[in-house]
Amino acid sequence: MFDVAIIGAGVVGALTARELTRYNLSCCLLEKENDVAMGASKANSGIIHGGFDPEPGTLKARLNKEGVPLLYKAAKELHVPFKNNGSMVLAFGEEENKVIDELYERGKKNGIDGMDILSGAEARRLESNLSDKVTKALLVTNAGIICPYALTIAAAGNAMDNGAKLFTNYEVAAIRTSDDGFTVSSADGREITARYLVNCAGGFADKIAEMAGDKFFEIIPRAGEYMLLDKSEGDTVSHTIFQVPTKNGKGVLVTPTADGNLLLGPTAEKVESAESTETTAAGLDTVLKLSKKSVPSVNTRAVITSFSGVRASEKGGDFIIEASQKVPGLIHAAAIDSPGLSSSVAIAEYIVELLSRQGLALSKNPDFNGERADTHAFKKMSDAQKDAYIKEHPAYGRIICRCEKVSEGEILDALRRNPKAVDIDGVKRRTRSGMGRCQGGFCMPYVMKLIKEETGKPMTEITKKGGKSAAVIDRL
Amino acid sequence: MIEHDIVVIGGGPAGMAAAVAAYDSGAHDVCILEREETLGGILKQCIHNGFGLHKLGRELTGPEYAAVYAEKVAERGIRVYTETMVTNLSPERVVTAQSTKGILKIKAKAVVLSMGCRERPRGALNTAGTRPAGVYSAGTAQKLMNCEGYLVGKRVVILGSGDIGLIMARRMSLEGAKVEAVCELMPYSGGLKRNIVQCLEDFNIPLYLSTTVAEIHGKDRVEGVTVAKVDENRNILESTKRYIPCDTLLLSVGLIPENELTKSAGITMDRVTGGALVDENRETETAGIFACGNVLQVHDLVDYVSDEAEIAGRGAANFVLRGKRCGQTIKTKAGSGVRYVLPQRVNADEEEEVALFLRVTQPFSKVKYTVSSGDRVLMTAMRLKAAPGEMEKLILKPEKFKSAASEITVSLEVMQ
Amino acid sequence: MTKEMTCIICPRGCALKVEVDGGKITVTGNSCKKGFQYALEECTNPTRTVTSSVRVENREDTMVSVKTAKPIPKEKIFEVMQKIREKSVCAPVRIGDVIIKDVFGTDIIATKNII
Repeated sequence: MFDVAIIGAGVVGALTARELTRYNLSCCLLEKENDVAMGASKANSGIIHGGFDPEPGTLKARLNKEGVPLLYKAAKELHVPFKNNGSMVLAFGEEENKVIDELYERGKKNGIDGMDILSGAEARRLESNLSDKVTKALLVTNAGIICPYALTIAAAGNAMDNGAKLFTNYEVAAIRTSDDGFTVSSADGREITARYLVNCAGGFADKIAEMAGDKFFEIIPRAGEYMLLDKSEGDTVSHTIFQVPTKNGKGVLVTPTADGNLLLGPTAEKVESAESTETTAAGLDTVLKLSKKSVPSVNTRAVITSFSGVRASEKGGDFIIEASQKVPGLIHAAAIDSPGLSSSVAIAEYIVELLSRQGLALSKNPDFNGERADTHAFKKMSDAQKDAYIKEHPAYGRIICRCEKVSEGEILDALRRNPKAVDIDGVKRRTRSGMGRCQGGFCMPYVMKLIKEETGKPMTEITKKGGKSAAVIDRL
Repeated sequence: MIEHDIVVIGGGPAGMAAAVAAYDSGAHDVCILEREETLGGILKQCIHNGFGLHKLGRELTGPEYAAVYAEKVAERGIRVYTETMVTNLSPERVVTAQSTKGILKIKAKAVVLSMGCRERPRGALNTAGTRPAGVYSAGTAQKLMNCEGYLVGKRVVILGSGDIGLIMARRMSLEGAKVEAVCELMPYSGGLKRNIVQCLEDFNIPLYLSTTVAEIHGKDRVEGVTVAKVDENRNILESTKRYIPCDTLLLSVGLIPENELTKSAGITMDRVTGGALVDENRETETAGIFACGNVLQVHDLVDYVSDEAEIAGRGAANFVLRGKRCGQTIKTKAGSGVRYVLPQRVNADEEEEVALFLRVTQPFSKVKYTVSSGDRVLMTAMRLKAAPGEMEKLILKPEKFKSAASEITVSLEVMQ
Repeated sequence: MTKEMTCIICPRGCALKVEVDGGKITVTGNSCKKGFQYALEECTNPTRTVTSSVRVENREDTMVSVKTAKPIPKEKIFEVMQKIREKSVCAPVRIGDVIIKDVFGTDIIATKNII
């Protein structure tokens, strides 16, 4: 029997698990996919929002403001790539100029510091590639960029290092409540019991609520399509460039990523389900057109991949983070769309507070260590340090991914440390092997070989992302 | 830091031929840095035949062709550092490389770049749809199959009719897979005619021109693709969309010279070839750094890669033994119908004849090439056909370019 | 009867026109003697060189590439492939080693050194 079971190993679930391991209690993460960060947490803008945008008085406004400094702190402890690069919202014309003023006022109400209103010319002085047609801009200095899946992986790994358990391929099929707590069974016949249950199921949070007998909201899945550009384009802009929100959505952003690429997107289309992550010709076209509106010189020939992420929205527009009014011991953390990533650490802390109010005893775990070793430590070494390190650990000398220069040592590390990579995409998200300009063309066979050696699985069982995604189907 | 007269980066066909030529020109302190376990580069996985007819006078498979040059390297005792990946190159010719032994720094008197090229991935095409397993660049599937012995799929659609796509269509068919279609975005194939015959027609594989993959379907593994015709501006014609069930999509949609190191050394690049700007010795605009093979321009035949590498190897040896040439250079330019001309400049004091390599913009039949300088025609050459997939070569005698002004232009006209 | 075909002997890929008039065959469009020979054979007994690979038992995930030492009849390609698929070898293997003897009048030989 666990004290707490968390359904969903996205960014909120993983950070909640990490917060819980600060205390003397047992907790587990139940994840339906083959790895953590497989839903919206791996496919979003990776933006740390300044906090001017949410409606004042909402949970979003509060948790975004509280969340930003907490997120910067957690990112440092977990060695997750991030940058406090600041953001700009661009206006094109009189009507949009007014929106900039409104956003500024809203930001003041939300208690956001470090905002500034710039003329079009001032904005272009800071960002020389901006369009001539920009008439006004809102500069937000506390905003930043972070790698969202690296954060999720690091948080889950740190939680596991501190005692949390992760169950993958655990698709929740039924939840039974009793006086002792909850029995959560999986589609493949496993069962775990827990005294408290946290619903962090993202796009499936309404289904989980229903299984627990407490359905009072409905998730509206909204897809956002993106394009990722080569690192050669990473310095096209230094700030995250937004457009003013229009009737048709929040607009498309142009931003460097924490790893040095350039990201364009997203669109915002209502889709069938949380798993509708296909890109569309129309969506990609919209991304191209709108990103060129902000930055006309964007080099769209340097696209290395495109993807779509599905955000879990709800008609009320705010996060739903609360204890169930019907089922004692159940906490919902649902409808975590933007600014969910920016608020994620604050949300996790808030969930722990709600659990405590429900009666969960919190006594400090003296052994908790919030630091996680840097995955990319080797890359950051000088040549002399690398030389010495390779002499001790020769596997770091053998480069597997040529584009991102990832060594065998770093890949073995990803296969061995919590949460262990078990598939090709898992290695990619942890090491960046296959994330460069050839997109795995060279390194995939080598990565497969290392997974094979490490797990003992035959090549035909090595998957791209679990399930039926085997990369090769037969031995000649 | 150690020192070598000549460092060759990459031990594929270009690197091996360059090292041998440098050695034979008198520069005996030459070494090759190779990232894989053995020499040979991409030839190791090109197990089909068709290599060497021009260069060696017999038809070999890729591994056999590579072995011929590996032997030449071994005979000369040329030092080869295997499993050694170059991570940086400075304009002063300091090469930094990484291997399981540590970080290696080499100061070279001359460097030959022969890193080859890589395949364009799916992402570069912006193909809509899902992101399942089963989408591979043709070369990745080729390596898994020919070197490691695994079949990537049983029902296949191939996008791109370049030679790698055609060769893989045959290879997959031989191993019992069903190749449903080869789709080509352009109205013509980029591959060699002989490959269309012996790789597609022999196996009754349909080739659809002006056709692309509009969408990829399937959650975990590819379940099918939607293909569609495109108009002359390469826009998808909605009404022609049709679904083909398959478990694999192979991409053969172009090769990109792998020039990260070239760029890191600040070497001036040619936007059209994707490689460095070079003179007739294949010397880049950074003194003492030479380039050859697919890192310089994507070739259709390995024989010509070897030819080009020998030029670069001799150039590097001359640079080491005789020092830098200084003098006037004449620029070459692509005129009408011509996409690019290589080398991009020629030393005016060159005493040997110079081969100009070029590619045309689209297929033509019965053409006349004209090499001119201003209003003056230096030479003309007739050909029965010209195709973008087939590199053309024109030989210019020294007295011709010596009489040229500062620039020479190669253009093409269609004969009646 | 007139047949059009592409010569596959070299990368040039000449467009051949073959006229068969009773027992007499005339070829046009070829740039060399080999083209004539190819057209002749393609009309009477078309042949192909088959290349493939054979698993090396005593090496992890390793294949040795092989070919038919001489072209074999085109209609026998899949029969040859079947024989190749059933075969495995043990390293070391050298280029030219006979992997399978006497397949439709020729041998299957190694085209790669596996040390």
